[in-house]
Amino acid sequence: MEQLSGGEMIVRALEDEGVEYVFGYPGGAALHIYDAIFKLDAVPHILVRHEQAATHAADGYARATGKPGVVLVTSGPGATNAITGIATAYMDSIPMVVLSGQVQTHLIGEDAFQETDMVGVSRPIVKHSFMVKRTEDIPSIIKKAFYIATTGRPGPVVIDIPKDLTHPEHKFDYHYPESVSLRSYQPSSKGHTGQIRKAARLLLSAKRPIIYAGGGVIQGEGCDLLTTLAQKLNYPVTNTLMGLGAYPGSDRQFLGMLGMHGFYEANMAMHHSDVILAVGARFDDRVTNTVGKFCPGAKIIHIDVDPASIAKIVPVDVPIVGPVQTVLTELLTQIDAQLQGSDREMPEPAALAQWWQQIESWREAHGLWHGRRYGDSELAMPQDVIKCLYEVTEGDAYVTSDVGQHQMFAAQYYKFDKPRRWINSGGLGTMGFGLPAAMGIKLALPDAEVACVTGEGSIQMNIQELSTCAQYGTPIKIVSLRNNYLGMVKQWQDMQYEGRYSESHYAASLPDFVKLAESFGHVGIKVEKRDDLEAAMREAFALKDRLVFLDVFVEPHEHVYPMHVAPSGAMKDMWLSKTERT
Amino acid sequence: MRRILSVLLENEPGALSRVVGLFSQRGYNIESLNVAPTDDHSLSRLTLTTTGDDLKIEQINKQLNKLIDVVKVVDLTEGAHVERDLLLVKVRAVGQQRDEVKRTTDIFRGQIIDVGPATYVIQLTGPTEKLDSFVAALGEAEIMEVVRSGVAGMARGEKVLAP
Repeated sequence: MEQLSGGEMIVRALEDEGVEYVFGYPGGAALHIYDAIFKLDAVPHILVRHEQAATHAADGYARATGKPGVVLVTSGPGATNAITGIATAYMDSIPMVVLSGQVQTHLIGEDAFQETDMVGVSRPIVKHSFMVKRTEDIPSIIKKAFYIATTGRPGPVVIDIPKDLTHPEHKFDYHYPESVSLRSYQPSSKGHTGQIRKAARLLLSAKRPIIYAGGGVIQGEGCDLLTTLAQKLNYPVTNTLMGLGAYPGSDRQFLGMLGMHGFYEANMAMHHSDVILAVGARFDDRVTNTVGKFCPGAKIIHIDVDPASIAKIVPVDVPIVGPVQTVLTELLTQIDAQLQGSDREMPEPAALAQWWQQIESWREAHGLWHGRRYGDSELAMPQDVIKCLYEVTEGDAYVTSDVGQHQMFAAQYYKFDKPRRWINSGGLGTMGFGLPAAMGIKLALPDAEVACVTGEGSIQMNIQELSTCAQYGTPIKIVSLRNNYLGMVKQWQDMQYEGRYSESHYAASLPDFVKLAESFGHVGIKVEKRDDLEAAMREAFALKDRLVFLDVFVEPHEHVYPMHVAPSGAMKDMWLSKTERT
Repeated sequence: MRRILSVLLENEPGALSRVVGLFSQRGYNIESLNVAPTDDHSLSRLTLTTTGDDLKIEQINKQLNKLIDVVKVVDLTEGAHVERDLLLVKVRAVGQQRDEVKRTTDIFRGQIIDVGPATYVIQLTGPTEKLDSFVAALGEAEIMEVVRSGVAGMARGEKVLAP
């Protein structure tokens, strides 16, 4: 049997696991592992400029490909810098394996140089974690970590590895396990047939149905089945922020995103529905508005692979625990059986037609561009920029975002027809996510167009990664909406704090982003007038092999609408513009 | 409502901190916690008492089950069960109180397991309410120190909690 050191075992195990990229940053406690990476030359490593970016890059890679992202950091600050990215992946259920170096076993607990209790610090934001105690356990722990990260409801797994266990001179038998079984972890593989039958009956009896689908449908590879189901029944579909792309965004049955900044028609249809089919969604507070007023007339069917997601926020009438693929397959079979076994037409055609008529009237009354008008300036509206990006990329780009107004505009105005194209930090809301995530995607899918929609606030949170992009040649397009404010903070200050812009303005401190991009060897383009926008966007995407930073000056006082009236509003209570509400 | 949850946990380092961390992270309350290895050395058994309505207890149960180190969870209060808590109490035992405390201990079928010139250490086992009543019944005796094990329990009859 092959004899390997702990460091070599890690590299070989990652190779055996089929890992394409490791995103990381070396340091003392990880040096044996890094030496093994050099000598074995088996897994490409991407040297980021900050460990947070390593986790976001691995996260973007995972979201776009469906494969687990892999991160390697050193102990202490390396490990703590990775925490924000791990929390980001945890909140959005992204499969990720994070290997962290640790000080030598005999130093643990002594406040040694660069010592941090990584297992302890990361505990609330991981699906699971391991502290390696014996070198011989490394292969089986890595196997278990990938298994746990990628099955059931996915999530990040941390493996903390003391330096002495990776020593190059201590060699042991290496065998990578084919499979793994854990008595205490058996994710559900199938939904309850009786419950699925009940769900089918309830769905077919609906007069005002709506399908509410979240990120779980994408994670669980259930998008095609969901589309088939929706189209077979001609039911309207809304997606959460995380679910955009699960149902084709340009299809007639799609009502847009729901929730705090959801489409008017989506929120209205939710509120007035009588049956909601919730799939892979978790009734997040940014969706429900006031829980006590949530969809008062609706019976709810909830499909989720995680039992703890069901009835956590909102009571559910038909709970179904199981993977979205197998449950939707069985639900479709049940629906077919019930349709064939019935002597009357289901769902009731007149009721459904009336429901669609109602939805269309909502759609016409308060479309997204409701009340938008240009001021005296020549600046572009932020919405124009997303629309332009959508047109230039023909709706086919991978779009990452940071967090704030630009994120909501991108979610509203870029119509995602395919899953895994919209990549954003939905749960944690992490500024600084977009650029490294885009980098991870471009590495995974070099032929795809990858755009990072950001703002001048968010981009500066991980802007150092422009250097990484230069080193590895990842020609992404950065579309930065510059309004000289923290836009979403400003919007709340406008609406709730009488326009007191407490620490949300950059004054005259922003860098010249064009020169900044150029200093890394990239291309920068400044767009100060809306009339120049389309040409600049086309120029940027024509430069196939270059990273282009588009610094687009936008109307600074624009708000994102619709916006839920909070606190104490229902789904149907929205601001539609600065002066109008429902 | 008070509930007693019994949890079988992998006997792994850090497993207990995951359970305790879950309770603080999600704002659940732990009233008592008892944990020790079982006859199967790969497992620890943990009994915890908490309060909450049905929805909250259901969430606690589900969240506990999500922890990879948790093998099984049961809510003992859902069925017939036995529960025991162990109390050690050190009281000032001088003058009249020396006899008075001894009598109260006998009534509750407790045992005096340490006798000092001016102190007793009394041991008592039973359900939580019995121990509470005993402490209340000590009346005027000066209580110097109290320690309790926290509730341990199991279902009555044939039902067992096994992996």
